[in-house]
Amino acid sequence: MAAKGWIEVSDTYCKGCELCISACPQDVIELNMSHLTPKGYHPAHTFKDGCTGCAICAVVCPDAAITVYREVTKVNTPVTA
Amino acid sequence: MTTPANNLVYERPEAFTDMPTHYCPGCTHGVAHRLVAEVLEEMNIMDKAIGVAPVGCAVFAYNYFDIDFVEAPHGRAPAMATGVKRVLPDRVVFTYQGDGDLASIGMGEIVHAAARGENLTVIFINNANFGMTGGQMAPTTLPGMKTSSSQSGRDVETQGYPIKVSEMLSTLEGVGYCVRRSLHDPKNIRLAKKAIRTAFETQVRGLGFSMVELLSTCPTNWGMTPVNSLKFVEEHMIPAYPLGDYKISEAIKQIKI
Repeated sequence: MAAKGWIEVSDTYCKGCELCISACPQDVIELNMSHLTPKGYHPAHTFKDGCTGCAICAVVCPDAAITVYREVTKVNTPVTA
Repeated sequence: MTTPANNLVYERPEAFTDMPTHYCPGCTHGVAHRLVAEVLEEMNIMDKAIGVAPVGCAVFAYNYFDIDFVEAPHGRAPAMATGVKRVLPDRVVFTYQGDGDLASIGMGEIVHAAARGENLTVIFINNANFGMTGGQMAPTTLPGMKTSSSQSGRDVETQGYPIKVSEMLSTLEGVGYCVRRSLHDPKNIRLAKKAIRTAFETQVRGLGFSMVELLSTCPTNWGMTPVNSLKFVEEHMIPAYPLGDYKISEAIKQIKI
């Protein structure tokens, strides 16, 4: 199963430049047209499931606005009988 | 479900202040800033680093980095960095310059700082125009490229050919590390970060002048969307400014990161 992840986009920094949208390998990011940041931009957000937490959006983001999380897989948890 | 701290993959670097940048949306200056911030943080040299800000779009760089910074007159960042580094040799001194600053008015300073082999790191942002003042033609503007001061395209008969700074500086003895990278896609951004890291490692080890040239975008003055600007870099700028390692001295090749 693919890894599950999620992103948080900061309203303070996001300028709606769309670079993360074209870079996202899963195509799950779009601009949130129903929300305006204090600066007057439509910020990016994930509009559907499928984020893997690969952080490519954060690598291309010019404003370091994206924080990326990935669900920790339970590899090392001891098996209880 | 574990706590978000365990799940964290990427967050804003600590070397940044809380201030949002003044750059236009999609400008890759922000990417270059972030790479420098990440490298300073990874090498744990934030307390020792001194940046020298240029004149140009990056003039307010001192507001965005949580490290010591000085502001140089137009083009004189390498000269000022020379002074800072000679007075405080244990500090890590870098300049962050655009092409209007470094390749035009500051050409003398950069060439002589490199020729003297000053132990500095230079981050050179090449976006083929003067961004801050409204997109005028720079020494790095491509032949035929329209800017606000070359409205029918740069005519090489009267306005000359673009200056390839990395190729030129790599001929100087004092230069230890001189490479060109691009910021147009995730792979190249990662390669650029590695180059910036190597450049700082060069300085920490005292192996001479180091420069990383980064091909960058200027969506506002090019009159393109940020995404199309990246395509322009890939299709037009990289053929004119080939990416590559122009000079890496033998001692620097041994550095393992």
